[in-house]
Amino acid sequence: MNKTTWTVAAAALVLVACSPKQEKAPASEAAALPMEVSTEGDFATNLQTALIEAQPGDTVRLPEGTFHLTTGLSLDVDGVTVLGAGQDKTILDFAGQTGAGEGLLVTSDGVTLMAFGIRDTKGDGIKSKGADRIVYRDITVDWSGEPDEGNGAYGVYPVESRDVLVENVTVRGASDAGIYVGQSENIIVRNSLAEFNVAGIEIENSNNADVYGNIARDNTGGILVFDLPDLPVIGGHSTRIFNNQILHNNTRNFAPPGNIVAGVPSGTGVIILANRDVHVFDNDFADNRSAHVLLTAYTEPFTDERYNPLPRDIVVRNNRWSGGGTDPQGMLAPLAEALGGVLPAIVSDGVTRWPGSEAQAVNLVIDEAPEIGFVNLGIGAYPVDPAAVSPSMERPQGAPVAEPAAVKLPQDAE
Amino acid sequence: MKRLFCFVPAFVLLAACSARGGEAGGPNVEALMADVPALKLADYGFFEDSRADKPVDGVVPYDLINPLFSDHAIKHRFAYVPKGKAANYAPDAILDFPVGSALIKTFAFVPDMRAPGVREYKVETRVLIHKADGWAAFPYIWNAEGTEAAYAPAGGQQAISVVDTSGAAFSIEYAIPNKNQCKTCHQDGDAVLPIGPKARNLNHDGPAGANQIADWQARGILAGVSGDVPKAASVVDVSLPVSDRARAYLDINCAHCHKASGSASNSGLWLGAGEMSDVKLGVGKHPTAAGRGSGGITFVIAPGEPDQSILAHRMASSEAGIAMPELGRSVIDEDGVALVRAWIASMDTEAGPDKGAP
Repeated sequence: MNKTTWTVAAAALVLVACSPKQEKAPASEAAALPMEVSTEGDFATNLQTALIEAQPGDTVRLPEGTFHLTTGLSLDVDGVTVLGAGQDKTILDFAGQTGAGEGLLVTSDGVTLMAFGIRDTKGDGIKSKGADRIVYRDITVDWSGEPDEGNGAYGVYPVESRDVLVENVTVRGASDAGIYVGQSENIIVRNSLAEFNVAGIEIENSNNADVYGNIARDNTGGILVFDLPDLPVIGGHSTRIFNNQILHNNTRNFAPPGNIVAGVPSGTGVIILANRDVHVFDNDFADNRSAHVLLTAYTEPFTDERYNPLPRDIVVRNNRWSGGGTDPQGMLAPLAEALGGVLPAIVSDGVTRWPGSEAQAVNLVIDEAPEIGFVNLGIGAYPVDPAAVSPSMERPQGAPVAEPAAVKLPQDAE
Repeated sequence: MKRLFCFVPAFVLLAACSARGGEAGGPNVEALMADVPALKLADYGFFEDSRADKPVDGVVPYDLINPLFSDHAIKHRFAYVPKGKAANYAPDAILDFPVGSALIKTFAFVPDMRAPGVREYKVETRVLIHKADGWAAFPYIWNAEGTEAAYAPAGGQQAISVVDTSGAAFSIEYAIPNKNQCKTCHQDGDAVLPIGPKARNLNHDGPAGANQIADWQARGILAGVSGDVPKAASVVDVSLPVSDRARAYLDINCAHCHKASGSASNSGLWLGAGEMSDVKLGVGKHPTAAGRGSGGITFVIAPGEPDQSILAHRMASSEAGIAMPELGRSVIDEDGVALVRAWIASMDTEAGPDKGAP
């Protein structure tokens, strides 16, 4: 753009910003939806201006259509709703993105994102940071084409937030986690679809999360509950995973190495890593080729003294199981060799200590029909010492763990 | 409320005109303290001339020992502190400017970097104003003639062609940040704060040829200075240890986000000058949410191995989703990359890193 057109654009921007507001709406229409963001001129500028000038309580309406953006959008006003024409009708396409780390960044409280799609961002799809009481509803974030290392990391990415609601969201193709909630508390992820991501749904370094009614299929791993060291918020606990369909999560692991999920074995349904008080019940598991449920300690060395790398007080009960475990991948492949190359439905790594610690009772409760297989790989401690590994099919005799209360969110009218 | 927004600037404009006609010297206080931003940079009355080259009385040019890299932009900085008030000295933090203060920074380019000052033209001016309820950031974009800068909350992009110091021509897709992006970098918890004017970064001879800490005290705009005033290592002073220079570079270019109260707080990677924890500085630290930004590398910093360090990898990229910083640059700061790589290469893999002078 030469400098002359630049000036014109800047001048137009001021006009665009002002003109819609000078129209006086009749009082009777006060409750009607506001005007859509104009597609006249540069839509991206119009939209970003609307997001900046919105007042608390306003709705920024996106028109139907596919819109190409070259840099990330951001919203920093409390209580704003961003409303599209439908998650497959309003598409914000970032294939030509040259700036910013995500498609949309939300940093204010009480925001509702609804009925639009975000496509082909270079980094994350939608990130909300320090954004309490956020709602992601009827949102699609996807990356075109086959699963690819070059896709962005997270689809929807609430972090450092209280009261997070994700519902009827679809994420496809994320090279890390489709739906990722990190360092947050009071979380509901429900009735959503995560497919062809590395991790379908991931709850990380967070507490009090309900994950239910979702379909996690064709990811590398279906639903992950992780706790990692060296982050400002650690000590994840109290998560319930129930009434989900966790199906054939057998996509190859296409996460860029270095990221924690690059270690997820293709074909895992649920992974619980270094967390406490996690309950997995009433889910349908089918055809996850490595294992339906993997309970594992953090495998790397760490120095964070606040950190406990073991999964503990874990309950797995009343799930429905079908197929799976026939072709273990990744770190599970060599470990499965001792078991004839296959794994049962539920696999514990059997790690009970870490360098500098005494062995701990991890308290696993496996309350399933007798024919549902379980193995304790008996690794004892990381790094794995092949000579010391002693697998056992005997189920642990865990003490009952009270189930956390249902998560309630102030913004949840359901 | 929203309708008001459009009319108020018109009043501001009128107020600006009458004020300029009336009182002599000093910026337009009404425009500075208004609830809404002035539509033109000139409305604030920071400068005598329409090209914003000659500051009015009380608007003081300053510079920093280490500037943040912004696509090779030339920066002209000015500070304004209301008459009769002073910024409070802080040895480590941002100077505590009183309400009513403003920091003005103009970003300019020259067609040929071998000829500084020749045909220099302004692209944008960013204004930080300390309003009654905290700092607020406002972007202004210059017209082609360089005679007027208009408020541009949505920012923009501009293609800029330059010849660099080696004589090579290249183009910059220069991104002017929008109002929210201003805040992304200037965030400190729930507040917005300036980044540059810390004592350690001001403590040298400024544009007027005098030490800026002493000069600001003499002008009465800085008070409470006591003890030894810290001084940042200049990243370009090769007589200084590489660790001190690299840490100073990370401090001004990264630490405004990479701190506990910054926009990258969730990363757990803190790059401020005072950070002394190996892991928080990235040594042996796994990436948090890097995605493809990891470049297939395991650690943020692998001592002795810049090629195996995500920190250097992301600095050496200009691609969205990989490049760090995420905002404020579209081309690579090759000198900065070389400095940080040299620091990582110098780290003893056994003894751990030389973290530089605290």
